[in-house]
Amino acid sequence: MKNLKLGIWLPLVIFFGLIGLFVHGLMRPADTNVPSTFVGNPLPQFDLPAAAADRPGLTTAAFRTGKPHLLNVFASWCLPCAAEAPQLAALAQAGAQVDGVAIHDRPDDLARFLVNNGNPYAAIGRDDKRAVQIAIGSSGVPETYVIDGQGVIRYQHIGDIRAEDVPMLLDKLKAAGAGS
Amino acid sequence: MIAELGLAILWMAAALAALQLIAGALSLRPEGAQIGGLVRPVAVMQGVLVLISFVTLITLFVMTDLSVKLVVEDSHSAKPLIFKIAGTWGNHEGSMLMWVTIMALAGAVVALIERQLDERTLNATLAGQAFISLGFYAFLLFASNPFARLPMPPEEGQGLNPLLQDMGLAFHPPTLYVGYVGLSIAFSFAIGALVTRNVGPAFARAMRPWVLGAWIFLTLGITAGSYWAYYTLGWGGWWFWDPVENASLMPWLAATALLHSVSVLQSRDALRAWTVMLGVVAFSMSMVGTFLVRSGILTSVHAFAVDPQRGAFILALLAIDIGGALILFTVRASTVTEGARFSFLSREAALVFNNVMLCGILGIVLIGTLYPLLTEAYGVKVSVGAPYFNPVAAIFAIPMFAVMAIGPLLRWRRDRLTGERGRRVTLPIAICAGVVLVVFAGVEAVAHHIGILPALGLAIASGLFPASFLPLVGRNLRRTPLPVWGMVIAHAGIAVSLFGMASESAFSVERLAALTIGESREVGPWHVTLDGMMPVAGPNWTALRATVSTHYDGGAATLLNPQAETFINPPGTRNESALQTRWNGQLYVVLGEQALDGRWQMRFWWKPFVPLIWIGGGMIGFGGILAMVGRMLSDLRRQIAKGKIAYRRMRQGR
Repeated sequence: MKNLKLGIWLPLVIFFGLIGLFVHGLMRPADTNVPSTFVGNPLPQFDLPAAAADRPGLTTAAFRTGKPHLLNVFASWCLPCAAEAPQLAALAQAGAQVDGVAIHDRPDDLARFLVNNGNPYAAIGRDDKRAVQIAIGSSGVPETYVIDGQGVIRYQHIGDIRAEDVPMLLDKLKAAGAGS
Repeated sequence: MIAELGLAILWMAAALAALQLIAGALSLRPEGAQIGGLVRPVAVMQGVLVLISFVTLITLFVMTDLSVKLVVEDSHSAKPLIFKIAGTWGNHEGSMLMWVTIMALAGAVVALIERQLDERTLNATLAGQAFISLGFYAFLLFASNPFARLPMPPEEGQGLNPLLQDMGLAFHPPTLYVGYVGLSIAFSFAIGALVTRNVGPAFARAMRPWVLGAWIFLTLGITAGSYWAYYTLGWGGWWFWDPVENASLMPWLAATALLHSVSVLQSRDALRAWTVMLGVVAFSMSMVGTFLVRSGILTSVHAFAVDPQRGAFILALLAIDIGGALILFTVRASTVTEGARFSFLSREAALVFNNVMLCGILGIVLIGTLYPLLTEAYGVKVSVGAPYFNPVAAIFAIPMFAVMAIGPLLRWRRDRLTGERGRRVTLPIAICAGVVLVVFAGVEAVAHHIGILPALGLAIASGLFPASFLPLVGRNLRRTPLPVWGMVIAHAGIAVSLFGMASESAFSVERLAALTIGESREVGPWHVTLDGMMPVAGPNWTALRATVSTHYDGGAATLLNPQAETFINPPGTRNESALQTRWNGQLYVVLGEQALDGRWQMRFWWKPFVPLIWIGGGMIGFGGILAMVGRMLSDLRRQIAKGKIAYRRMRQGR
């Protein structure tokens, strides 16, 4: 009989546990961003040929300079990439080193894109098979990574960079620089 | 003017609900017996008023009154009439008004027709129903007024989500709502019976049709919703273990368990506390489901009416209603005397076993649904899907299917399987078990690669189907009561549905292809050719329609037209799949986008026996309807007989 009496309290206890969980779920600020599992990983080994005539290609070794970089994944056929060009220019102006990976692009189209939208890139690698894009966990264009001086991914920004994102990215760069 | 009228009537209905609660509660005291007479008429009047209020809202949508905020947000003058009406409940406020409407109407029906339950329990039940309703009235009137006006009426409404412009979806939520709210009546009966300590066959008899009705609606609602998701989303799947799907499955599982235990309580006066507990659990699952969907605390594909503030309100209602009921249960359960006893080998024992298995599955689904919420509390994001749900649910489902085959053959209270009687039960069961083993061995030998779960599913379904019909053996089929037919068909429906599920997961063939016009592909036994591409226009959308000719196994050609639709108001897209159904499966074709080189991306699936999933679901619901009709007819016959006896007595002057 004793067991039965305790058992009767069980539903009530489970129920209040549930309510507690729900209250906690509601109070927690809704954060629907899933952080990239690639953050904290070093860049994979790659050696991309130059995509534009006046800029060098991109290798993993180029990131191990002790200085943080921005790595911008973009393409000339991507409209948001054109929209974020002024923000990239502003970041380059503020002293950030911006490297680009051009995805599935044609040299003529890319040259025209750089003339029309400006060229903030120090180096542009050509990734026709999306091999590097997939290896760093990018699912589309544009995306922008903060890479620290040892070539470790510190932050992944998905989608175009808006004007309001620029200070945040500069902070991330600074943090990546301080940490290394 | 119409909107203000609707709001005023809604306030009056809420006032009547308050009166219903107070009168019902007072009538339970010895000195309050007089006031008890008020409860029934007030419940009826409350139902009528809230119905008028709901009709008012529908009228505003039909007229497209753009001074009303809700109409502006969810309707558009160019929308077809049927979707204007459906737009009434295609949003949070309207669906909540629909919820209280169904709830009050159900209360009114109980007040009108329930004559056999003792008056005190009935008054307590209606008071309980009014208490739950009041929570929702408060929610509507203080936090989500559907009749709110805009200071400046805009030129045009903002339309309805194009995905929602579909007949299936227009009527899928209301079907589920009727199911959810039907469970609220079962809940109120459980409360009423706990309050008056009258948990017995009379209470079970009053509660049973509501449980059965709610269960039928839930069954059909889930089946229709699954088919809708299958053909309209273009993902080729029929169940995704999405939180919102689980939110409708959990009340169904609880209602299924309740349906069986209430029948034991009615006919055998056993399982008293358990039935009351299930009544509380079933409605809690409806409320938890509503909370999960509306609060947005879980990420779901059904991002519909998500708002944390609404979530807080529903959570408060959940805590008050269910918490209150559980406290009442905890206090009273020890005084609910134990019901009739039964032995280990009896129909009651089989039902109890399957009740426990159903609750096990319910627990599995609940844990799986809430697990991401639990881990997020510790900062880890996970998502739980089929790799968890399917095998873990199978642990409970497989023994349940076995007992489901045997249970209906056993006698009430106590059975002895010896001698002639033993042979009558064990022989057919042994044959069915043999079918299971043979099919399993055969499947493993021929198609070992399909995996253990689909193979088990095919085998169990093949044995369960004939076993479902065993209760008819030795009966005069013309004199077999309708509820027995209902049970047999519903159980067979489970087997049919299981076979479809197993076959779909075992034998589906998927092909992704980029086709130029005139190009062909092989998809399983099908030969498909993209014949042409044509733009078409509908009332508020334009689309690209592909013409695909299909040949099954070298047979004659049939044309299919999958299309990719673009909606104008508001902008959106939808990929309407095209289906070709044969007796042994379905070909499923989706049109994707045009690649840069001009080829069309297309997706084909050949899904053997997949329609059985929904045919089985339909059979389960139809079985429920047969049981319902059978009970209604026998009730009617009893009433008529009673009337005749009374009439004769009167004529004879007795």
